[in-house]
Amino acid sequence: MLLLAVDTATPAVTAALHDGVSVLAAESQVDSRRHGELLLPAVNRVLAEAGLPLGAVTDLVVGVGPGPYTGLRVGLVTAAAFGSTLGVPVHGLCTLDGLAYAAGLDEPFVVATDARRKEVYWARYADSRTRLTEPAVDRPADIAAELAGLPVVGAGGTLYPEAFPDARGPEHQSAAALASLAAGRLAAGDGDAFLPALPLYLRRPDAQVPKNYKVVTPK
Amino acid sequence: MADEPLVLGIETSCDETGVGIVRGTTLLADAIASSVDEHARFGGVVPEVASRAHLEAMVPTVERALKEAGVSARDLDGIAVTAGPGLAGALLVGVSAAKAYAYALGKPLYGVNHLASHICVDQLEHGPLPEPTMALLVSGGHSSLLLAPDITADVRPLGATIDDAAGEAFDKIARVLQLGFPGGPVIDRLAREGDPAAIAFPRGLTGPRDAPYDFSFSGLKTSVARWIEARRAAGEDVPVRDVAASFQEAVVDVLTRKAVRACKDEGVDHLMIGGGVAANSRLRALAADRCERAGVRLRVPRPGLCTDNGAMVAALGAEMVARNRPASDWDLSADSSLPVTATHVPGHRHPHDHVHEVGKENLYS
Ligand SMILES: [Zn+2]
Repeated sequence: MLLLAVDTATPAVTAALHDGVSVLAAESQVDSRRHGELLLPAVNRVLAEAGLPLGAVTDLVVGVGPGPYTGLRVGLVTAAAFGSTLGVPVHGLCTLDGLAYAAGLDEPFVVATDARRKEVYWARYADSRTRLTEPAVDRPADIAAELAGLPVVGAGGTLYPEAFPDARGPEHQSAAALASLAAGRLAAGDGDAFLPALPLYLRRPDAQVPKNYKVVTPK
Repeated sequence: MADEPLVLGIETSCDETGVGIVRGTTLLADAIASSVDEHARFGGVVPEVASRAHLEAMVPTVERALKEAGVSARDLDGIAVTAGPGLAGALLVGVSAAKAYAYALGKPLYGVNHLASHICVDQLEHGPLPEPTMALLVSGGHSSLLLAPDITADVRPLGATIDDAAGEAFDKIARVLQLGFPGGPVIDRLAREGDPAAIAFPRGLTGPRDAPYDFSFSGLKTSVARWIEARRAAGEDVPVRDVAASFQEAVVDVLTRKAVRACKDEGVDHLMIGGGVAANSRLRALAADRCERAGVRLRVPRPGLCTDNGAMVAALGAEMVARNRPASDWDLSADSSLPVTATHVPGHRHPHDHVHEVGKENLYS
């Protein structure tokens, strides 16, 4: 088994290789404006570090968000094109699940990432492998009472300390965590637990239907 | 000829997901998935809607193109992609996909210019471009006169619109006339039954002191809207066919007049017309007429190759390979305002290093 995992749903551009036992190589760069430029070189470097060609990959793993759209699509389309060319499956995982796995907590907690526009993407977890709710997008103040007393993992927590006083690390997504989570599921024969490799946008596209055309004749 | 470069091209600068495959100047496949219907109710292209549609359509459209061409991806000599100009989020989907395909297949990647691709596509229809080529590019996003001594390396802007693109004017007038979106095809159709001389609409930037090769359609648009509003205010019917014909005539009159003048001024005996508006039947007819009188040979691709498509990107990519132009790097970025003079986006390293790096060592070693 050789898994290549990528995630571009958050400001982190991250790639990792996992052989089913351990992470062979991984890297992350945090730059919310350059997902498109950074991802392929990152993939190239983790393969080079492990000394393996892309053709040796047996499974692709991709974070499907939720995340701000433009960057999110970079990882998804890259994984889809790799999957089609290599003829290997593309497994989708909720990006928040990667942060939850990396947090390694055994108690109930929340993962929250930055959704911009003063909102967070978030979900509740029973422990680091068990998500309890569907991912949602909300203003921190609107969910602060409901989540009071729970640790909040991810940049969505640290960004809003007044709503989330118990913010914890890790702050950023890592493909290494995503790959480890996926490797565990594949080893357990739990392949049905993956999501389709399609984006979780959680918001409708911004689009105003133009009103009737503007009258140009001066009144 | 089997030794001509076999190139796959990806185009996602606006609302069409286009994947074309060419061998040299021969078109093998031209697969398109369009999101135009999803934009119609908004009256214009919504960038986020377009980007979402590109992501969904990307891999199926590539697979369809390969099947249609009857070639194997491993036989490709390169992958070309529109690096710009265009909608940033839309371009990013195509650029990311092209990189992934090129990397997985161990093929060189060519990030190319959308406007140069619109010109180069004519090689698939009429054979190698004369050098230099004079090109009039008109669409919903661009209206430019370009002189191209070498389509892979040297494209010079002579003039461009200073306000709206020609296609944008068609869309706006169609909206005033409540004809829906996109406006070009419906105005073309109605204009055939109208009188192009019925209303004397203004010809922008055609005075003796105006820039000879620049265009302006904003004043025309306002003038047409005012004319219609005056009719409506007076409780009269709007003669839609005559308005469409007279408006369209004003647009294509200026476009063809300036293009033919540029050919004469520069001593160029060929004129190429491309872009979505080049599908307009009156533009094609008037250009044919004026070019013939001026002794200029007109080259206009069939309408399906004038609108945005992947074949045009593949055509320019094949030319890049044929002329040994350096490939792009893996950190190629989508550039929504890529200047027309940047025919492609070469990598920073020596071409031989690059070819070595992407040598066929990924999938088949
Ligand atoms: Zn175009």
